[in-house]
Amino acid sequence: MSADFRSQIEGQRAYLLRFASLQLRNADAAEDAVQETLLAALASESGYRGQSSLRTWLTGILKHKIVDAIRKSSREMAAGAFDDDPEIEALGYKFKDNGHWQERPAVWTDPDSALEQKQFFAVLEQCLKALPARTAQAFLMREHLGLETGEICKELGVTATHCWVLLYRARMALRQCLEAGWFGKKVKGG
Amino acid sequence: MTVRSCKEVTQLVSQGLDRELAFGERAALLVHFAICQGCRNVNRQLSFLRRAMQGRSATEDETAR
Repeated sequence: MSADFRSQIEGQRAYLLRFASLQLRNADAAEDAVQETLLAALASESGYRGQSSLRTWLTGILKHKIVDAIRKSSREMAAGAFDDDPEIEALGYKFKDNGHWQERPAVWTDPDSALEQKQFFAVLEQCLKALPARTAQAFLMREHLGLETGEICKELGVTATHCWVLLYRARMALRQCLEAGWFGKKVKGG
Repeated sequence: MTVRSCKEVTQLVSQGLDRELAFGERAALLVHFAICQGCRNVNRQLSFLRRAMQGRSATEDETAR
């Protein structure tokens, strides 16, 4: 690759950075996208035929990098919903360091027959009472009132992600409580 | 989205009860369930919990009548 081409490309860096910053609103992500664009441009010098201006050609590459960056950040945001929730461990769930089960949740024997028993619903009631207030509130809005998550978030004034976390905690807590209060006893009792 | 662990799978299972999962998420769950009994159990049990809550409301209605 020619040193001349390299310095021409380098000369466009400031422009490209402004362009990327405007789209990405994140200095690091913009810097990365521009860096990748310049590297891609250097690697494909032969792809530049001089028909368009160098700036237009580089901007074309940059647009692709920006789209990649946006996709990546939305993926990361989705993954962010899966941040470690230490409260789940506090409920007695045991995971290994790699996030896999240390103690595997057991099978429940014939859960449907529980639905025909009054005592089971008494246990469920106790379990619901034992939930932290806000968690219980979110869960009952969802499963008792049948509200959509959007409405629940609005009502509780939390983000959708936080809403899902509350509902997740509620379900995992109730799962644990029903196992301790009903299904576990049944298994041990035969 | 790549699901990396059982912990994440349980979160996704729960979210599946609250929002429509993306195709990739559903696929990731199925692949994971195929190899993980523990997560299969949790999946069944969280669905059961929903049925139990519906049963609870039905019982309440009967009592009210």
